[in-house]
Amino acid sequence: MEEESDTRKINNSFLRDHNYATEADIISTVEFNSTGELLATGDKGGRVVVFQREQESKTQPHRRGEYNVYSTFQSHEPEFDYLKSLEIEEKINKIKWLPQQNAAYFLLSTNDKTVKLWKISERDKRPEGYNLKDEDGRFRDPSTITTLRVPVLQPMDLMVEATARRVFSNAHTYHINSISVNSDLQTFISTDDLRVNLWNLEITDRSFNIVDIKPANMEELTEVITSAEFHPQQCHTFAYSSSKGSIRLCDMRQAALCDKHCKYFEEPEDPSTRSFFSEIISSISDVKFSHNGRYLMTRDYLTVKVWDLQMENKPLETYQVHDYLRGKLCSLYENDCIFDKFECVWNGSDSVIMTGSYNNFFRMFDRNTKRDVTLEASRENSKPRAILKPRKVCVGGKRRKDEISVDSLDFSKKILHTTWHPHENIIAVAATNNLYIFQDKVN
Amino acid sequence: MFPKGTKRKFSDSGEEAVCGGGGGGDQGPSAAPAPSPSPAAARTLSSSYSLQRQSLLDMSLIKLQLCHMLVEPNLCRSVLIANTVRQIQEEMTQDGTWQIMTQALAAAQCPADRLVATEVLCRQTEAAAQEGYHSEEVVMDGDAEAEVAMSSLSPVSPQLSSASYLAGADSRTGEQVFGTFEIKHPAPPSDPALEELFSDVDPSYYDLDTVLTGMQSTPKMGPYDLLESLSSHGPTALSSSTTCRSDLNELDHIMEIIVGS
Repeated sequence: MEEESDTRKINNSFLRDHNYATEADIISTVEFNSTGELLATGDKGGRVVVFQREQESKTQPHRRGEYNVYSTFQSHEPEFDYLKSLEIEEKINKIKWLPQQNAAYFLLSTNDKTVKLWKISERDKRPEGYNLKDEDGRFRDPSTITTLRVPVLQPMDLMVEATARRVFSNAHTYHINSISVNSDLQTFISTDDLRVNLWNLEITDRSFNIVDIKPANMEELTEVITSAEFHPQQCHTFAYSSSKGSIRLCDMRQAALCDKHCKYFEEPEDPSTRSFFSEIISSISDVKFSHNGRYLMTRDYLTVKVWDLQMENKPLETYQVHDYLRGKLCSLYENDCIFDKFECVWNGSDSVIMTGSYNNFFRMFDRNTKRDVTLEASRENSKPRAILKPRKVCVGGKRRKDEISVDSLDFSKKILHTTWHPHENIIAVAATNNLYIFQDKVN
Repeated sequence: MFPKGTKRKFSDSGEEAVCGGGGGGDQGPSAAPAPSPSPAAARTLSSSYSLQRQSLLDMSLIKLQLCHMLVEPNLCRSVLIANTVRQIQEEMTQDGTWQIMTQALAAAQCPADRLVATEVLCRQTEAAAQEGYHSEEVVMDGDAEAEVAMSSLSPVSPQLSSASYLAGADSRTGEQVFGTFEIKHPAPPSDPALEELFSDVDPSYYDLDTVLTGMQSTPKMGPYDLLESLSSHGPTALSSSTTCRSDLNELDHIMEIIVGS
């Protein structure tokens, strides 16, 4: 897929030195809204930055709807849990948009413990001509008021405000890893390592626990929940993935506590590749339903798999993301990279899937043509508006000129978070503290 | 970093290998070739493979210890590392090297290896119990983070083995009951460097034990203490641990009633 690149660098800190990346600026999640008009990013410092696509203008056709900063706000603050003497990180783990129902935009953002519903609204008028107040807000002396007038709305510079409308807290003992809005637009689930809780968007003081895999004796714990998502159309169905490489599909109509799955997806292990790391690399880091609701995609350490919801015993398709790492699992275990949680994403028509890798590489797989491409998100290697060159990792033997050998990969540059525009071929890729937005080449 | 070992020959013994066939897909140190089941075969294991396996075990135990020292351990990571340790331990038990190692450890004294296992959460559990905090979260959290289920077969303690069913939700690996590591009560450390490092912290709060076994004791222990404890565990330790654990379970139960969940 040919692309032109359009780079946005986010650096909200006061330091303008681009060589120095503060940890708070590390982007921890990216998400387009349901129309693709808005793109939200969350970072380690608890901030949310929302970008809005420019209206396409006839006078500047080459600037086809670029994304500009629309709103920035501090979603979560660092907290201290006095009871446990533990700091609660303010890092935004996930953002999910609600479909737009009126002029305002709503999104859910979560850190390890608390989910918040934010309303983002525009204000471009303000009332002027109060009776009792001056223009600058000071109260007028009542004895000087001799006439009565009605305040009039006057235009003002556009102001975008974000207000926290709901705070859903105190329901999770463990760290929240995902949230998912139901297609009924009234409820959502929040998932931590051992439990899935169902909330109503209007009610913040109560949530229903619908999955609980905590064993009676914590010493027997061998499996945790890694991600959960609602089915895009069936409001009673959701799926959750585990650290043992399995996915369970649950129907909320069956019972109040969905401990019994109605479908269980797992691929039997290949004995020829078994090693001490087999379980770790089979741990699923992300699960996503396709837009049409017929497939599930899962990401584990080395592969992306597409599952047909009707077939539980093996995936429909398996794509190797970076199989050249299989021989390096021991070093990746030592430096903890083996625990990195990569996300995966569908394009709008479910024909292409994308996921990240190391060295700021990300991979796209076309499910129909079976072709795949590796691209790089880096400013050094691509100029703005230049078409991205496919990259290749050489696994041994002779290295061609522009190939990279496995040993020179930079494992600190990982692309964990990516998102795809719901209708168009526009993708957003987070590379540490940089956000890259790529669009399909016009004409 | 691990030396890149030579790939061990696949021993086609026709036995059902715990770790599957020859490490076909893996190169170097990550390969886990088919283990031989008999103790005699232990001697035929290539020394590089055992070295690599031992290094992996050491590294995993240290990671687990460090996990517990973190302000809030990442549960997923801890569980995955603990499962890896279990796998290694299972394989080593099968080929008889486990016994050898634990005996060697018991003989050697390695105070320098002791790391302090923090556990703020242990302090939490005690505090919660004493101050009567009625928060189910706290109690469970105390359990929770303490978990990182380090398990092993404990031949001395049949009641423990039966009590701790490791009925993995994952029937694929068919992992059998492990039982539980008995955490020994180690002697206080004599290492001055360690003392200095943790001088401002009240040692009685650190106890991986406290939550796992419900007992209160001084906590400092190193990675190998977890292994050492295997052979030498006393039924006394067991029974009090069961009692304390059941106390915690009762507390849990009471909390559930009060909280009405």
